[in-house]
Amino acid sequence: MAVATAGRPAGFRSRLSRKIQDNLMAYAFMAGGIACFAFFSWYPLVRGVILSFQQINFVTDPYWVGTDNFTAIFKDPLFVTAWKNTLIFTGIALIFGFLVPLALSILINEMRHLKGFFRVAVYLPVMLPPIVGVLLFRYFYDPGFGLFNTILRGVGLPESQWTQSSKTAMISLVLVSTWANLGGATLMYLAALQSIPGDLYEAAELDGASAWRRLRHVTLPQLRFIMLVLLLLQIIATMQVFIEPYQLTGTSNPDTVTVMVLIYRYAFTVNQDFGMAAAMSVLLFVVLGIFSAIYLRVTRDRD
Amino acid sequence: MNRSRLRSAVGLLLVAGVALSAAACGSDDGGNAPASDPNAKVTLVINGLPPDTEAVNRKHFLDNVAEFEKLNPNIDIDAKEGKMDPQTFQSKLAGGQLEDVFYVYFTDPASLIAKRQVADISKYLGEFAPTKEIRPDLMKIFSDDGGKVYGLPAKNYSLGLLYNRDLFTQAKLDPNNPPKTWDEVRTAAKAISALGKDYVGYGDYSKNNTGGWHFTAGMYSLGGDVAVNEGGTWKAAFNNEKGTQVLQQLKDMRWTDNSMGQRQLLEWADLLQMMGSGKLGMYMAAPDNIETIVNQFKGDFNKYGLGPIPNGTATLAGGEGYMFNAKATPEKIRAGLKWLTFWWDNPDRIATEYEWAASQKTPVGLPEPALWTGDAKAKQQAAIDKLKNLPVENYKPFADATANIPLKVEPPNAQQIYAVLDVPMQKVLTDKNADIAKLLKDAETQVNGILASVK
Repeated sequence: MAVATAGRPAGFRSRLSRKIQDNLMAYAFMAGGIACFAFFSWYPLVRGVILSFQQINFVTDPYWVGTDNFTAIFKDPLFVTAWKNTLIFTGIALIFGFLVPLALSILINEMRHLKGFFRVAVYLPVMLPPIVGVLLFRYFYDPGFGLFNTILRGVGLPESQWTQSSKTAMISLVLVSTWANLGGATLMYLAALQSIPGDLYEAAELDGASAWRRLRHVTLPQLRFIMLVLLLLQIIATMQVFIEPYQLTGTSNPDTVTVMVLIYRYAFTVNQDFGMAAAMSVLLFVVLGIFSAIYLRVTRDRD
Repeated sequence: MNRSRLRSAVGLLLVAGVALSAAACGSDDGGNAPASDPNAKVTLVINGLPPDTEAVNRKHFLDNVAEFEKLNPNIDIDAKEGKMDPQTFQSKLAGGQLEDVFYVYFTDPASLIAKRQVADISKYLGEFAPTKEIRPDLMKIFSDDGGKVYGLPAKNYSLGLLYNRDLFTQAKLDPNNPPKTWDEVRTAAKAISALGKDYVGYGDYSKNNTGGWHFTAGMYSLGGDVAVNEGGTWKAAFNNEKGTQVLQQLKDMRWTDNSMGQRQLLEWADLLQMMGSGKLGMYMAAPDNIETIVNQFKGDFNKYGLGPIPNGTATLAGGEGYMFNAKATPEKIRAGLKWLTFWWDNPDRIATEYEWAASQKTPVGLPEPALWTGDAKAKQQAAIDKLKNLPVENYKPFADATANIPLKVEPPNAQQIYAVLDVPMQKVLTDKNADIAKLLKDAETQVNGILASVK
């Protein structure tokens, strides 16, 4: 009895130490990852939140200003404009960036030939550095000598002012963003399409379903999960739009000032105030955090 | 895609965080400048060193550094490239990487002083005689309301009308008699754009704060203002007839005359590049643009003329100078002032500099407003008269008028105000139906909000 009780902890300890030894390598790998996250993600995140309640000039010690930074950004007439523009951009970008890749992937999936070629062609823009793609479009959009207006003139259609006009500036930015980013989504849809069991289609065909009905009742339901995941990921990505307005329409253009552009203005150009920039970043973080939480929830249920 | 941008911002915050934990600062509160050992070894970090691509200017800069070090054996200068870049300034400051003496534009000092990110050098100036001869209105740019000084100007410019003489000739306009009023500008622009589809009569900015800058210059030219100080409070002063006139002129030229080209939302380099390509007739610019157009955009010195700012009631003056790191020690501040008064702020060096420029075939004789008053000013003029190597007769209309056109400095919080004033400029140049009254009213509200924080 006494022996047994004395033996149990020893057994437990040896089991524990064996377990640790067995997993030592795994812990070592994990420690590296955790250290990187802590150093490059979590610590700056916490600092950013702290900074949003401080005034800082990087010379003297920062001091607490309560919610002054938040009050200042709420008072900024561009605050509402920037959120509105960001939501409009996200909305249009979703309509394009969500449906176009889906349609493209279904088309490519149905192809008998050249499938590989189109897969590469669709993905190519993703490989371009974003700034290169945007500068390319700057030339395309030029109202005088740009490629788009030259083509429109050539076929006798009315020209557009593209990024230069309030009416078309936002949609022009969405086009660039969609073109640059649809590759990834298309490939994901393609992978999902190819994992749909063929016998489902066979059964549908035997029942005399038309192509449209096969799409509606077989393809789309099978893709539902991946569509939801991509939808959430795209919302999170497109709400952070920066390079397109920064390069194509400028940081002082109220038609296209987005939340990220406003953060940039607060920190680096107009106000040079890191406290205000941090406050705006915290707000964006909260909004994106909500979408991230939904994403995690959705993917967890699936597992 | 934008994640990388976010990451770099996060990285920046991280750097800021690390620096903060190690931050320490000191200040002095005495009547006289704190003493420092004149023979102590000092390493002075400065910026403004031209990049490798400007080999000649870089060598000249380094030669000057070598000469200075010979004269001051205890000072070792560590010269870095780069000028004022607001995007990296704060992070350099946070990371302890900011130079001891750093380059600024005239629009920077006010906000750096307000944020206490620069050192007060007032008490040291008495030890450096040449600083007394610098124009007081320029010294004011580097001072706070209490008269404390935080830096020195090095160069200044005023805006005029830069034009392509060849296009004037082709459009049957007199290249020796550039437009003197905005009405004449409009007529000339029409004539130049009539030369062909690709020709732009008059160009103007509307992106990334350059639009607001030129709107301000337009206001000054008509005798207007952008911000005025009424009994100690700053107020916006452009929502009036003059503001309307500036915008209406551009709107008419863009839409009624079609003399401003289709491509708008231009920023600083765009008009220089257009001028270099030989297709742009006129734009508002400082004389030093000519050198950049020639060096970077394949322009030709003989093609360009300079006229006075149209209407010429006053003209916007800007420029550049140097300020001191808030953490600079008394030794470093003295060494920095020695360096500045050895080169830029030294009336006795003007002739040497012009001789060097003339030997390199770089321009001497671009009409720039003087940095100096009194004897120093006379020295500069004598050196120009002796060494000028440019077709200065092309700049005569500008030079003749400059003496009689008052210079006006930029408003407080200039860059913030310019960002707001970009909007009316953008709208009149890109929207045929832009409502000028509403644009000015909205901008006024915003600018008053910005000015409310100005002490």
